[in-house]
Amino acid sequence: MSCPDLNVDSIADLQAVLARIPYAGLIGAEVREHDGEPLFVLPYRASNIGNVLLPALHGGVIGGFLENAAICHLMWAHEASVLPKVVDFSIDYLRSGRPQDVYASCEIVRQGKRIANVLLTAWQDDRSKPIAAARAHFLLA
Amino acid sequence: MTNSKATRVTMTETPKRNAEPVHAPAFFAQIMQWFEQLPHCKLLGIKHLSSSAGSVTLELPFSDAIIGNPQTRVLHGGVVTTLIDTASGSAIYTLLSAPEAVATLDLRIDYLRPAKPDAPVYCTAECYRMTEHIAFTRATAFQDDVSKPVAYAVGTFARTPLGKEGA
Repeated sequence: MSCPDLNVDSIADLQAVLARIPYAGLIGAEVREHDGEPLFVLPYRASNIGNVLLPALHGGVIGGFLENAAICHLMWAHEASVLPKVVDFSIDYLRSGRPQDVYASCEIVRQGKRIANVLLTAWQDDRSKPIAAARAHFLLA
Repeated sequence: MTNSKATRVTMTETPKRNAEPVHAPAFFAQIMQWFEQLPHCKLLGIKHLSSSAGSVTLELPFSDAIIGNPQTRVLHGGVVTTLIDTASGSAIYTLLSAPEAVATLDLRIDYLRPAKPDAPVYCTAECYRMTEHIAFTRATAFQDDVSKPVAYAVGTFARTPLGKEGA
């Protein structure tokens, strides 16, 4: 995808990107600024529940939220106008996702010419108690 | 802990296997109905297509809401992750005959080619090794051609007797 009006120069621009990604809207992913970096937020909604007994968020939603966070973070870091493509995604589920907001941050571990390696962390009320950690490779167009 | 049929089954641990029926058909049907009714699975419309001992195939219908790239209309990887997680978890229950909790420990997904819009995505997942505490799974997501998978994944799940979740 490349459209000139989609250039991401700031975290505010990322909100416009998110608004154009239908799946991001389906799960309700948002972005805000924290210490000059994007902080991704997944406000709680009942339709993201994947276990009604615990209850807990669907693991796939947490994975999708992190993958989407990586896409947006890479666009922000590169002031890109093209969505990066996921090559592989590996996620460790550390705690069950309780029915409340989820936060995520993304760290670019290694950035090559075409491929980026990223590290993702998801947490709820306590950042020192992550609910999931993921690593992924993306192809930058 | 139900380790009756589940641990007694002779697992091939290789992809080729003769399809035997699920261990407890009535119980499994109940579990699959429960899976389909989970709020997020219901939102996506994930449906059970077929199953045998150790294997399940689910269908994810197309909808505009699961698009990841508005220009190419290719599906979001995240929705494929959800399909694979759900299929892998449900494959475990084909080998069980009583309720227990399974929690995803990890999932590794290779995105082999883009998932095209306007067509469903299927996922066949296998539980190819089950121990007292851990289930090992692998899964293939595909569209019209099973020999051209959209994604391939492996996962591990923790088995927990009912009433001891979160312990």
